[in-house]
Amino acid sequence: MTTTAPAAVVPPGKRTRRSGSGGGNALGRYILIRFLLIIPTVFILVTMVFILMRVIGDPITAALGGRLTADQLAERITAAGYDRPIYIQYFEYLGQVFTGNFGTSITDGRPIVDILATYGPATFELAFYALLVALIVGIPLGMVAAYFRDRWPDAVLRVVAILWYATPVFFAGLLLKLVFSVWLGWLPVAGRASTRNELGLSSMDAGTGIYILDALRIGDPAMIGDVLSHAVLPGIALGLLTAGVFLRLVRTNVIGTLSMDYVDAARSRGVSEFRLVRKHAYKPALIPIITVIGLQIAVLLGGAVLTETTFEWKGLGFQLAQYLTSRDFVAVQGIVALLAVIVALTNFIVDIIAALIDPRVRY
Amino acid sequence: MTTSATPTVHKPVWWKRLPVVHQLRQSVGLQRGMLVVGLIICGVFLAVAALAPWLAPYGFSQLKEDGVSFGAQQPPGGNHLLGTTVGGYDVLSRVIWGAQTALLVIIVAVVLSIFIGIALGVISGYLGGWLDRILVVVADAVYAFPSLLLAIVAAIIISGGQSTLWTGILSAAAAISVIFIPQYFRVIRAETVRIKSEAYVESAKVVGTSTFRIMSRHVLRNATRSLPLIFTLNASEAIFTLAALGFLGFGIEPTSAAEWGYDLNKSISDVTSGIWWTSVFPGSAIVLVVLGMTLVGESLNDLADPRLRTRKRASKRLAPAAETTVVPGGSLESVTDIDSLEARP
Repeated sequence: MTTTAPAAVVPPGKRTRRSGSGGGNALGRYILIRFLLIIPTVFILVTMVFILMRVIGDPITAALGGRLTADQLAERITAAGYDRPIYIQYFEYLGQVFTGNFGTSITDGRPIVDILATYGPATFELAFYALLVALIVGIPLGMVAAYFRDRWPDAVLRVVAILWYATPVFFAGLLLKLVFSVWLGWLPVAGRASTRNELGLSSMDAGTGIYILDALRIGDPAMIGDVLSHAVLPGIALGLLTAGVFLRLVRTNVIGTLSMDYVDAARSRGVSEFRLVRKHAYKPALIPIITVIGLQIAVLLGGAVLTETTFEWKGLGFQLAQYLTSRDFVAVQGIVALLAVIVALTNFIVDIIAALIDPRVRY
Repeated sequence: MTTSATPTVHKPVWWKRLPVVHQLRQSVGLQRGMLVVGLIICGVFLAVAALAPWLAPYGFSQLKEDGVSFGAQQPPGGNHLLGTTVGGYDVLSRVIWGAQTALLVIIVAVVLSIFIGIALGVISGYLGGWLDRILVVVADAVYAFPSLLLAIVAAIIISGGQSTLWTGILSAAAAISVIFIPQYFRVIRAETVRIKSEAYVESAKVVGTSTFRIMSRHVLRNATRSLPLIFTLNASEAIFTLAALGFLGFGIEPTSAAEWGYDLNKSISDVTSGIWWTSVFPGSAIVLVVLGMTLVGESLNDLADPRLRTRKRASKRLAPAAETTVVPGGSLESVTDIDSLEARP
């Protein structure tokens, strides 16, 4: 499977030639095979989540156990079909997932797909900011570290990258909040926008749910500023984690390409070392970044659960934490299964982009 | 040149060949500095965890002394060097006791996943066939999924969400193992597939050694060389996952054990009102421990890769090259060296 490690994503370059049917066709075949590979991945994850969540018993008792009498519980269990054999429930569940029905939460009776539609955009927005921070911070610093290889700027940057990695996102979030919101008072403490703007944005007709887009459409500069100022700290908290990964990746790869023949050739023609890093070694080093972005999507989604809880950013992760606390495991199962599908699809898209950029990836 | 120039066969003392000691002797300059700092931090962590009952001024769930309650959210100073939490616990004591919980979880998680992951990896890699294919697909699916979500699901099953000390440690460790097993599996399987075609395995087959014996004596012994570095990386990830579970309210109850993630969760509202000591100290403890272990892991990884290793001098005894890495960002080999990938299926 190609989604997992950079190593696995660069299959032999020879195969393309052996298939011999020209670039476009090979790409089409690659996309098709890669797309078919999504099915087993999603199937395994959904099955695993289903089995795991059912080991503990039926969800109704878990969610409402203390609050209803035994008779009421039994009635609701029968109504929901949880007293039938597990394999029947399983096939029914698979059928539902196949048709895009991920169940209905027990505590507030909302379809999981609705929850995704309401809170998904917020998580997407947060992940986008984080990725932006990671790329803006990680790639240039990685190049600097490679340029100064084994000298003090490199040492400092590597320690910084390890520090970013060593700080859990929620602690990073709390620290940023403490310094920039509470002590310095520069940025808001929590939420996605101030109360008045949030009301306006969430009740907006045909709103995308992505506040910055909606605010831009309304065109009120104060509102745009407000939305952006709320996004700064969560974006940085989540982004720095990935920035450290990018920094290290770019550093290692630029150092690797700097010792390749074509770079040696350029060096012997008198190209300056700075220009070598900036122009020659840096582009090939970016290809693995794209595949790693795919891997980081999973990390970002996991991190989003924690960041959203820290900053009361009302997205999927925040909602998931709420359902966890109220022990609504149908909702948890639905959201987790849905996220599995999203992760598989994102990885697919990232792999296709990687194949478009780098012909060696296709097979 | 006289006869004395014949190279003396170097037979190092046994302890010099131990995994970390060997690399420490091999390292030089900045890499050695990183490794030493990392080892010191890890040593302090181990010592604090082991000596927690004697180091901590109070118990982890102690609320009062001599009938006088500590009081909630007391600033650092006086009887409470690092202040008290919103629940009225002593911060310093909980940070120290937290080290013990973290260490226990790391040990249980890593032991669990090493045993299962290695067993599956060797069996799958050596025997191949449909079992291998299924296991690889499953491991890849799990690997690509947000690990924290898997851990949450696992924690729900094992403990139903609330836990005492040992069930809490076991459930956190098992939840973490779910994530780690695929990683060990991948590394060990890749090594096994490589070793399978080595001459000594084939000669063992020729003389009629049983499959089990080949797997346990010939393959296993050689496939586990890269484990020390995966171990350090996974240990730090175990701390993250434990803290994240605690942070989301799936950790260990404060009366059963001290857990840094739980304390951080309780400190979210403190931060808003400017109370910094309840979050900064347990958080820093996490950062320090992970930092120490990552420094060790990073150094081991760099030392294992000849292209990243800073050379002392040309040495005949090269380190066993670890060919796989779980370092975020990947090893150099995994991304640039296309030629080495030609052999992959």
